[in-house]
Amino acid sequence: MAYKDQKLVEEKVFKDPVHRYIHVRDQVIWDVIGTREFQRLRRIKQLGTTYLVFHGAEHSRFHHSLGVYEIVRRIIDDSFSRRPEWNHEERLVTLCAALLHDLGHGPFSHAFEKVFHLDHEQFTQGILLGDTEVNAVLQKVSADFPQKVADVIGKTYPDKLVVSLISSQIDADRMDYLQRDAYFTGVSYGHFDMERILRVMRPAEEQAVIKYSGMHAVEDYIMSRYQMYWQVYFHPVSRSAEVILMKILHRAKDLYNNGYVFSQEPVHFRSFFDRTFKLEDYIALDESILLTYFQLWMKENDRILADLCSRFINRNLFQYAEFDPATEYRKIGELEQLFREAGIDPEYYLVTDSSSDLPYDFYRPGEENERLPIYLQMPNGELSELSRSSDIVDAISGKRRTDHKIYFPKDVLEEGKEGNPLFERILALLKK
Amino acid sequence: MLQEHAKIVQFISLANEVNGRKKLQKMVYIAKKMHFSFAEKYELHMYGPYSEELTLRVEELCEMGFLAERCTDKGSYVQYHYHVTNEGTSFLETADAPHDMLGACIELLNGKSARFLELVSTLLYFDHLEKDEQVEKVRIVKSKLNFSDEEMDNAFAFIDELEKVSVQ
Repeated sequence: MAYKDQKLVEEKVFKDPVHRYIHVRDQVIWDVIGTREFQRLRRIKQLGTTYLVFHGAEHSRFHHSLGVYEIVRRIIDDSFSRRPEWNHEERLVTLCAALLHDLGHGPFSHAFEKVFHLDHEQFTQGILLGDTEVNAVLQKVSADFPQKVADVIGKTYPDKLVVSLISSQIDADRMDYLQRDAYFTGVSYGHFDMERILRVMRPAEEQAVIKYSGMHAVEDYIMSRYQMYWQVYFHPVSRSAEVILMKILHRAKDLYNNGYVFSQEPVHFRSFFDRTFKLEDYIALDESILLTYFQLWMKENDRILADLCSRFINRNLFQYAEFDPATEYRKIGELEQLFREAGIDPEYYLVTDSSSDLPYDFYRPGEENERLPIYLQMPNGELSELSRSSDIVDAISGKRRTDHKIYFPKDVLEEGKEGNPLFERILALLKK
Repeated sequence: MLQEHAKIVQFISLANEVNGRKKLQKMVYIAKKMHFSFAEKYELHMYGPYSEELTLRVEELCEMGFLAERCTDKGSYVQYHYHVTNEGTSFLETADAPHDMLGACIELLNGKSARFLELVSTLLYFDHLEKDEQVEKVRIVKSKLNFSDEEMDNAFAFIDELEKVSVQ
């Protein structure tokens, strides 16, 4: 029997708190899960610094990847299996893409990418197509199979229905992370009736669509997403931790580039500092390595690096204030100047940060945002864009919400204000 | 701080006006591919490379009053035009000067249609591939646009032209 069709003698299951069980029958899927690149995802947290706010949020990208795989498996094997619009030949590539869609995420992904100007999607492609264990497993299916999986994840695969299951406004990725992140953070948002959505999901030419009777389940999903973004993902305190994390990496990079001699040589970072990194260097990194360096750098001679690391490790985070860039951009310049005069480097201790989310948007031909809308399949078989039928979704469609904050070490300013009126002025300006 | 916002205001200021959201998206992407420094992250979307971050940045800049957005009804769709306001010009005083070649690059880009820039940007999105593979990819992901061989040739010639005004 061809490798692509081989089934395990006995089905394997992973116990999962969100989907109860993750079911694996395909030998290919089992082999992919066993690779070192996939196992690495166990050491990368799904929500980065959020665990410093919601202490339960220690779950990893390994959990999430298995969850996305399981949702897609249920869609394909249960909801789509007897429908003529679904091409059964696409089953394995879809399952592999679901399992591997986050393969290229690095440690504290968002911060790491920003500081080193990287893109995890390029690393996903690199791991799928490079000299890796994952590639070796996929190659056993066929020579062009790794490229097919990479194309689905990169959204360049010819079958758009397959792409939409992993990447659209109602995809398996979002359905898993909303429920999983809600479960592990312990918040009561993020819950919706996924079983119902899967039951009413239908394959169509370019994307999965939802039977009209499932509209309310989809409304619930969109509202869950909206609430999770503002209650969990954009929590101002986890953003503070992320700001400090980025500043640690920036400081270490600047020190290295200026010839600073580290007490603890940044061996794992060197190739990122001088941009000579290879795929292997990236795969070798995980969050435990970063946290080890942060622990060691708390004892570095450089005061800024040591302080930032101590703040992160001991959760002594920056305070924040609201900030309106439209009217206050000159204030930032003034604050930067005052920080310098007070002997506090604003490059590391005065940071603006913005968060923004658009809960749902629909497509207007020619000009508007490039989001593929969610379509309802009406009783007469025609497709209708969701917000035309749903008043709730219509109310939030295209409505972007943005939040700007300015972060600073309030403890330092409070401590110094007795002896230095400059600190008092800074605090007064930040309170305005 | 706000330097990335300033770069977008600067970009539109150098163009005088940009007609169309899609066109602006592609212009910034192509400039980025010509090694001008823009932080916005791009992914392949319906009309080729698209940056949600740029959309957000432009919306914010309009809300801040540094950019003005004007709509034109084109019948089946609405086109958006962007230009820098007086407040935006004052805001630019806090920004670093743009790269010397950026103006020339923007002038070349602004003279082309959104459809053509969609083709050029999508080809550049696949520039890690061999030329024939690039074309094949574009024909797959842009199958509905039916780009002709002549348009493909013109796009490659335009990329060569752009490279002369890129950051070396």
